[in-house]
Amino acid sequence: MVTTSQDKKKETVDDTKRDFLLYSTYTVGAVGALAAAWPFIDSMNPSKDVLALASTELDLSSVEEGQSITAMWRGKPVFIRKRTADEIKLAKSIKLSELKDPQSDGDRVQKDQWLVLVGICTHLGCIPSGQKGGDVKGDFNGWFCPCHGSHYDTSGRIRKGPAPKNLDVPPYRFTNETNIIIG
Amino acid sequence: MLRHKFIIFFAAATISGFFSNVVNSAGVAVKPGEEAWTTNGVFGSFDRKQLKRGWQVYNEVCAGCHSIRLIYYRNLAEMGFSPNEIKKIAGSVEVPAGPNEDGETHKDDEPIMRPGKAFDRVVSPYANKIAARVANGGALPPDLSLMTKARINGANYVHALLTGFKEAPSGFKLSDGMHYNPYYPGGQIAMAAPLSAEAVEYSDGTKATVEQMSKDVTAFLIWTAEPELEERKRLGIKVIFFLIIFTAMLFAVKRQIWSRLK
Amino acid sequence: MTKPTWKNPVVKWIDHRLPIFTFIDHSAIQHPTPRNLNYFWNFGSLLGFILVVMIASGIILSMNYTANASLAFDSVERIMRDVNYGWLIRYVHMNGASMFFIVVYLHIFRGLYYGSYKQPRELLWIIGILIFLTMMATAFLGYVLPWGQMSFWGATVITNLFSVIPFFGDTIVTWLWSGFSVDNPTLNKFFSLHYLLPFIIFGLVFIHLWALHTHGSNNPTGIDVKGDKDEIPFHPYYTVKDAFGLGFFLVIFLGFVFFAPNFFGEPDNYIEANPLVTPPHIVPEWYFLPYYAILRAVPDNFIDVWGWLPVIIPAKTAGVICMFASILLLAALPWLDTSKVRSANYRPTYFWLYWIFLINTIILGFVGAKPAEGAWLLIGRLSTLYYFLHLLVLIPLVGRFEKTKPLPDSISSSVISVSTKDEEPANA
Repeated sequence: MVTTSQDKKKETVDDTKRDFLLYSTYTVGAVGALAAAWPFIDSMNPSKDVLALASTELDLSSVEEGQSITAMWRGKPVFIRKRTADEIKLAKSIKLSELKDPQSDGDRVQKDQWLVLVGICTHLGCIPSGQKGGDVKGDFNGWFCPCHGSHYDTSGRIRKGPAPKNLDVPPYRFTNETNIIIG
Repeated sequence: MLRHKFIIFFAAATISGFFSNVVNSAGVAVKPGEEAWTTNGVFGSFDRKQLKRGWQVYNEVCAGCHSIRLIYYRNLAEMGFSPNEIKKIAGSVEVPAGPNEDGETHKDDEPIMRPGKAFDRVVSPYANKIAARVANGGALPPDLSLMTKARINGANYVHALLTGFKEAPSGFKLSDGMHYNPYYPGGQIAMAAPLSAEAVEYSDGTKATVEQMSKDVTAFLIWTAEPELEERKRLGIKVIFFLIIFTAMLFAVKRQIWSRLK
Repeated sequence: MTKPTWKNPVVKWIDHRLPIFTFIDHSAIQHPTPRNLNYFWNFGSLLGFILVVMIASGIILSMNYTANASLAFDSVERIMRDVNYGWLIRYVHMNGASMFFIVVYLHIFRGLYYGSYKQPRELLWIIGILIFLTMMATAFLGYVLPWGQMSFWGATVITNLFSVIPFFGDTIVTWLWSGFSVDNPTLNKFFSLHYLLPFIIFGLVFIHLWALHTHGSNNPTGIDVKGDKDEIPFHPYYTVKDAFGLGFFLVIFLGFVFFAPNFFGEPDNYIEANPLVTPPHIVPEWYFLPYYAILRAVPDNFIDVWGWLPVIIPAKTAGVICMFASILLLAALPWLDTSKVRSANYRPTYFWLYWIFLINTIILGFVGAKPAEGAWLLIGRLSTLYYFLHLLVLIPLVGRFEKTKPLPDSISSSVISVSTKDEEPANA
């Protein structure tokens, strides 16, 4: 069969049209498949009931000076300590250059008296001791992690031992003098 | 051709059979009428003001006997309550506090309580099913959370039932302590007519007729049963719209590819 | 069929060691397929798609479901209310089950119409029935998991069917329950099995496809492929046709999911299971209704009818046997059907028998939803009788006496004659 140049031209136009339709259908299909995957992926994000417990509200009026309490927040222990004047002084007196993870006490508390920490050692996730009166508090009178011997001071900063970082400070706010919302 | 006519007839018969619900309802009861719920239809949505009124009716009338245990106070936000309002509503009830520092759950034989929080379930009127039965002469007031889904033609049924209390017709044998209601299977129900005019006072000025309160509380129960309804329908419209376009494109591609065969 | 040569070095390397790309190329791309398949041949791939959707949504659901009698109902409601898009995934799974059965029934009745079960596809057909039976078991087990009233009482009634087994009945039922009634151990076990069976279905589907690809698809004329002109490669012709069919199906499927998600469901299943209160009507899911009708159709006075038979088969047993026989008999169909012609298009008598059988099955479905009394019971009995009459008497007989229409010379000639006459596309 002999094809004229006109036939050829028509064929190319048809081909382009066909390709356009085919590729736009592919694109739409791919978009649809991605959109369909989203509900399955999102279902594994925290659900509404989990999020509802994502913040913890506490009344601290019964905590006395020098005393610590442990609250649960998002499945983790949170240490709340009402520091004594001595402890505050100790925490503020240290030079930043002496610290492994330099951070001033003022950056770690909202009110000098209240120290709020996530009670998980930044080394390998153990719970440090030092919450109760008789507990080992380490060389710096704060917390001591029994797993590998990390010592934290009265501002929850790492002073000695393998832990790389200071104890985390969770997001929190005081709604009044003694009412705190963590998270 | 006979064959074709036959197939068409058959298809029509199947489809119509399919859509006339195959299951018949229980007992002999009057069929409830069709009400125009705002949630009906493809574009249906909740009327938030009505939901709030319904919540008020539930709270002031139904909650004495019926629980809605699948609802948490935090869910009220979906009806338009602010976090502070929810805190107030939840804080006005008391829930068991659980063991205190000394491991005690009771003091002087009374459970230790704390104010409710947003993450608590809406408190139930009775501690358990047996207590509910004892308090209601042996009849168990069902939980209402899923009521409009757990009955055939649920919303219309609930509304018909709430507004359907009547004098029993002469000759009808009403058992002791029962009430006549033609919409209830068997015609007699342990619950007395729960609604009477002005039983609640709406803050938005709506007149609290029995009809109005019944509609409001039913709308509220549609929400407790299907809180996802609005999201579902809105997403559904987008998805179906997308799929129709995509399918049309696939049809065009299919025709094009198959045309190569001729 | 040519052996593909792979250009991509990675593909080439892998394919030389594990010819997976060649396998895909042969079975899904080049696979020669009759050129005249109509839309009734879409359902196979569609079923594969639904199986994947069911497994995917099921796995997600199981991440949030709690198989414990006192927590199961609430855990499902938590999925519906608190899990992100949980309502969507659950409704997809719930309606997906109904869609699965709608499509599988279409698939089966396609096979019945076009004689797809006949030589040399008998095993293909029997494997298909095994898949169907496994699907039924999976669906039944899955329906128990939400632990609603219908879940509980459906499980109670169905497991009690096994009590009719002579001598060992009660022992077997206790074993099925892992206790003395449907309770927590039963639920745990059912959850485990409901998770297991879909993967068995998946394996059976591969064997089904293996058998299919051995002799290729049947086609609307029912005649064998005679040459290259009769066939076209699977891709792109049937991939695009299946894709279009899938799009059409999704509109219907998701239409139910988004706008009538409880259409196929029972309101009673939104009431938590209560072992002390039986719902006024226990109805199985719609896809079991025809078999339920057969189960209840067998008369209690069966003993008098058969005289000596009850010695071996007590009355209650007969209904159960009939119910299982109604499905298992289908496996014998390749031998019950004596006709050499496959497609009902060329079998004028079988054509009518086919449609009557189909309507009869639907009638059985309606009867299954009604209480077994009065006219419904009578209709149920007649329909049950006809069901077996069709399979055991009419089908073997009609193959012997029927005068079939002349078959076309080849698949391609049948296609060309159709397309010139009606100007329909080649695939009509």
